[in-house]
Amino acid sequence: MSKKTIFGLLSVLLVLGLVVGCAPKAPAVETPAEEAPAAEAPAAEKPATAKKMTFAIIHLQEGNPYFAVEENGVKEAAAELGVDFIFKGPATMDVASQIELVDSLIAQKVDVIGISAIDPNALVPLGQKAMNAGIKFFSWDSPVAKEGRLLHTDAAAPEALGRVEAQMMGKMLNYEGKVAVISAGATNENSNLWVKWIQEELKDPKYSKMELVEVTYGDDDYQKSYNLAQSLYKKYPDLKGFIAPTSVGIVAASKFIKDEGLTGKVFATGLGLPSEMKEYIKDGICLEMALWNPIDQGYLTIYISEALVNGKLTPKAGEKFTAGKLGELEVVDIGSGNLIVYQGQPKVFDQSNIDEFAAIF
Amino acid sequence: MKSIPFKKSFEPVSFFLRWEWILVILIILVSILNTFLSPYFLNISNLYDMTFNFLERGFITLIMAFVIISGNMDFSVASTLALSSCIMGILYHEGMNIWMAVLLALVFGAGAGFFNGTIITRLKIPAFAATLGTYAFYRGVAWVLLENNAVTNFPAQFTALGQGDLPGTEFPIPLFVYILLLIPAAIILHRTTFGRYTYAIGGNKEVSRFSGIQTDRIVRIIFTLSGLVSALAGVFMAARYGSVRADIAPDATLDVVTIVVLGGVSIAGGTGTISGVVLSLFLLGIVRYGMNLINVPPQEQIVITGLLLIFSVFIPQVVNRFSLGKEAKN
Repeated sequence: MSKKTIFGLLSVLLVLGLVVGCAPKAPAVETPAEEAPAAEAPAAEKPATAKKMTFAIIHLQEGNPYFAVEENGVKEAAAELGVDFIFKGPATMDVASQIELVDSLIAQKVDVIGISAIDPNALVPLGQKAMNAGIKFFSWDSPVAKEGRLLHTDAAAPEALGRVEAQMMGKMLNYEGKVAVISAGATNENSNLWVKWIQEELKDPKYSKMELVEVTYGDDDYQKSYNLAQSLYKKYPDLKGFIAPTSVGIVAASKFIKDEGLTGKVFATGLGLPSEMKEYIKDGICLEMALWNPIDQGYLTIYISEALVNGKLTPKAGEKFTAGKLGELEVVDIGSGNLIVYQGQPKVFDQSNIDEFAAIF
Repeated sequence: MKSIPFKKSFEPVSFFLRWEWILVILIILVSILNTFLSPYFLNISNLYDMTFNFLERGFITLIMAFVIISGNMDFSVASTLALSSCIMGILYHEGMNIWMAVLLALVFGAGAGFFNGTIITRLKIPAFAATLGTYAFYRGVAWVLLENNAVTNFPAQFTALGQGDLPGTEFPIPLFVYILLLIPAAIILHRTTFGRYTYAIGGNKEVSRFSGIQTDRIVRIIFTLSGLVSALAGVFMAARYGSVRADIAPDATLDVVTIVVLGGVSIAGGTGTISGVVLSLFLLGIVRYGMNLINVPPQEQIVITGLLLIFSVFIPQVVNRFSLGKEAKN
């Protein structure tokens, strides 16, 4: 090989050699005396002294206002319980970035990892790796396949959420007209479940004069969702409504309706954040929409983490635990060992209560 | 453009004034910094785990070096990766033996690459345009084939490829494969006529052709290999995730090009080394890993990576001017 290549490879080997030589083989946290002392003193404490626990909550994407709201709940619960938390998500909604994040958390030996998964299957190997390393691993919002996590927590049953969206749209349109769905990411299992239940609800005879023309995926991206609203309306000029089971999609669809001056002729509904949808609800573009309290969802993830670490939750079907201000919640088995904790029922927002909730979230 | 490098006597100053040495220094500096910032960094298990995150892209960087040095570009690598692994997934799902499906995926990848090479050489469409087209086309076909579904339930021996270590050790299998690929890549690029021709074509394609070098054939071979290696990366990625979807590796192409350019390969073609590409892969991997260990927000990570890239384009210019000046003096 040329001298350059030899030296290049030698350099890599040199670096690797330094690493191998200086690092202990066993997964010890402290570095040996010859290296500079590690910066973090708390991390070096042995478990005998009560070390402050760290719970890592991973969401789908940085920059999504919905998760920013959730963080308030996480902070509140962490303060109540006296634990540290890490709350972050990948910069782009892609699986590899989320895997990288979880990997680095496993390396940091956090106590619990709770994740809203971009892809339910790709996180399974990592979930098992975490659990093998003694880290409690569960999913929230967007589930990981059941073999890859201890349990999943959802705000409300997908069936309830899906059906209520279709019901609201039906009421707004007087049960007549064409509707389209603008969903989130194509791989998000929970939004896909909601869409499925929207479709199920629409099979009921009272919706016979309504037609769901298309299901599209806006990836929780505002611009993409807006463009979808545009192209759907162009394709179906007699479209009467958009159902968006995503807080980004519902805003985009509503804005489109407002921009095109279609208020009163075309309607939007779905799952939305009150603070973002207040103007459209008041304008009458969206007469009703649903959600749960995302602050409570964030709050719950920390309480679940604590219950898992302290053994209050094995988890097993039928177990109950107290989630702070949310009261007593139960673990349900929705089939073949698929353990879920539901936060509550969907909450409907309309002109009568939007002001009150827009101030909170 | 620099002339084709020939063997000259060892000159210490200009030898050490190379981009690759700057990368080595950076790797050492970043490693020291990471050790200060996090107690979890200098742990061999964690470091091996770190490599899993970038090795699939690493495979592709080795062949992308050839592509760019020859004065071309391949935007379609991520799409070929996705489409090949989708085909593998579908074949496996339909009952084919997993290894047979892997083999067919590789054959398909090579074919996809050959298609790129053919459009570029026979239809004379510039590589940028041609591979932008296949970038969309291959990904599109992947979506049509698999739609919104995933193929899962791969056998354990298969997923071990992407997630496992060499039996009896903690050495990751993908890392081992990366080393297996990098040795022939280095030898071919730096020690064979094929490699020299690659530089020549990147330096000046017309002159190379008039000198009797079969530029078209070489470019086609390079693109075919690009497709083949992309498919291989796709296979390993599917093994690591335990699932195949049409949308895997959406930004891999940009990542791969970033790594190659940071490794000292000029976009204009004609310069660059495999050692540079190897060092840059690890440098970027270590930087990313270190940032994740101290929980730097992802948006800030992008800024830092971007700065590194700008730095990588700027410094070689300075280094070149310096060493060319030295050569002129001699």
